[in-house]
Amino acid sequence: MSDPFIEYDKIQKTSTGIQGLDGIALGGLPSGRTTLVAGTAGTGKTVFAAQFLAEGVRQFQEPGVFVTFEESAADIRRNVASLGWGIATWEASDQWCFIDASPQPGEEILITGSFDLGALLVRIEASVKRIGAKRVAIDSLGAVFARFDSDLIIRNELFRLSTALKRLGVTTVMTAERTSEYGAISRDSVEEFVTDNVIVLRNVLEEEKRRRTVEILKFRGTMHGKGEFPFTMMPETGIVVLPLTEIELDQRSSYKRITSGIAELDTMCGGGFFRDSVILVSGATGCGKTLTSTEFIAGGVAAGERCLLMAFEESRDQLSRNASGWGKDFDQFEQDGKLRVVARYPESGGLEDHLIRIKSEIMEFRPNRVAVDSLSALERVSTIKGFREFVIGLTSFIKAQEIAGLFTATTSSLLGGDSVTETHISTITDSIILLRYVEMFGEMQRGITVLKMRGSAHDKDIRAFNIDSCGMHIGPAFRNVTGILAGQPRHVPTAEIERLDQLFQQGTG
Amino acid sequence: MNKYRLRLFVTGHSANSDRAVSNLRHLCEGELADLYQLEVIDVCENPQAAEAERIIATPTLIRALPPPLRRVIGDLSDREQVLLGLDLRHVEQLPPPPE
Repeated sequence: MSDPFIEYDKIQKTSTGIQGLDGIALGGLPSGRTTLVAGTAGTGKTVFAAQFLAEGVRQFQEPGVFVTFEESAADIRRNVASLGWGIATWEASDQWCFIDASPQPGEEILITGSFDLGALLVRIEASVKRIGAKRVAIDSLGAVFARFDSDLIIRNELFRLSTALKRLGVTTVMTAERTSEYGAISRDSVEEFVTDNVIVLRNVLEEEKRRRTVEILKFRGTMHGKGEFPFTMMPETGIVVLPLTEIELDQRSSYKRITSGIAELDTMCGGGFFRDSVILVSGATGCGKTLTSTEFIAGGVAAGERCLLMAFEESRDQLSRNASGWGKDFDQFEQDGKLRVVARYPESGGLEDHLIRIKSEIMEFRPNRVAVDSLSALERVSTIKGFREFVIGLTSFIKAQEIAGLFTATTSSLLGGDSVTETHISTITDSIILLRYVEMFGEMQRGITVLKMRGSAHDKDIRAFNIDSCGMHIGPAFRNVTGILAGQPRHVPTAEIERLDQLFQQGTG
Repeated sequence: MNKYRLRLFVTGHSANSDRAVSNLRHLCEGELADLYQLEVIDVCENPQAAEAERIIATPTLIRALPPPLRRVIGDLSDREQVLLGLDLRHVEQLPPPPE
């Protein structure tokens, strides 16, 4: 390995098996140590703890012991069944063992003098040895404090516990409660005795949207990714972390061109889009974005490629009807196995969920090109930061697959203007195509221009286009109009244009 | 006659364990005479017993009989709390029977 960190990193890591987390943890949790997972109510601490053990069983054949102080073992078995984990089966085969330390119904604890948690330690140690556990999860420390009204004793005992776990050589996850998202690490200052490694889970309400994040606060003596990373909970999978900002710019570039589906547009782009590029098509409502993506798909199908259309604004039937109006038969494409249309409401999930679904569709269908219509619809369900991370994640994934992606974005004003989407993602995309309305002598005309084409020369003209039953037809440039992009088209007399042309010729000559 | 069945869970011969055993024997002899049966369980020797009763803290004293099951934790040095926890106070302070 050429990674300079690996050589000096003496602490072994235990892969959590949680998707995306090992990436930001640079391998996993420090082996043989205790990691504190702190979070407010509802951040997913119990799922994290359970998944750490479940992935150990599923992926690495490492048995685990789950110590529960809060929910009963039966409750946990039932709750995680929705994630598709058969804990009962693992228990029967000694790959999973519960230590149920949850309060029993009607139990009141009367303290009659000095005590310790010796019995708990003995139980944990006995179970770890019995099944040969490599992983231990303890959920949650706050419940222990709440149960015994003797903070000092509990503190001492938990310290003794973490020492004992270290001696046993198991990798441990302990969960603890927090009272606020950005404040003290944990409610009972438990980090004072399990200080080595701290992970914070958050569930922040931002602009009326919930955003779950995970942050590795510290790993003593070893490296980790910094900052908050969004995560989501998926059925069948559990926690999935999206290490978006960890993505490296190491995609290979291709010089192979593919058709946009419109011959004139190919010419404007200097011979078509690059095979592994991401293209943003921006324009006001109704000015031809869906048409551009339809042409993009039809062009791909005609070239024998497989195409995936992720639609967030219109249903499958509407899209099919639109396409047939332009002479493209989506139903036929689908029957031929060349097209898959996936239509979803943007509100059907958070952006993290959408990203994961788009990725899994791509992995499943293995398309050569992907169209997303529109990104602006997705922007509604997210914060600006979340949206930007989503686009970076999607773009880099598409590029890593070496396929072409075409995204559409809606501008807010009819004439000119730019969209929020555009300003946030324009630097990420390789090419930008603008579609604009041009008001000319009381008539609305449409204009198209290639604003940016990374790695290639392109046509700088703003050309008029019209739409008929065969699709899009691009015509000549608007020669005697200025101010189209600014949204204030102005007719310029021919004489003036000639004068300006001569002025430049004199200047350069 | 064994009216009271008590089970004391301890960990080896720690200070807490030994204190609890001696406190409990003292108390039983004083309060329960021969009405009790006491079992001392060392969880280090017998972790399954602790597992079965879901014992976390040691020492833990369980009154298995008569029902309902009651448990107290600690070295049993607070005599009042022990009597309260085991619901034994009436043995000591039985109200005078009504005329």
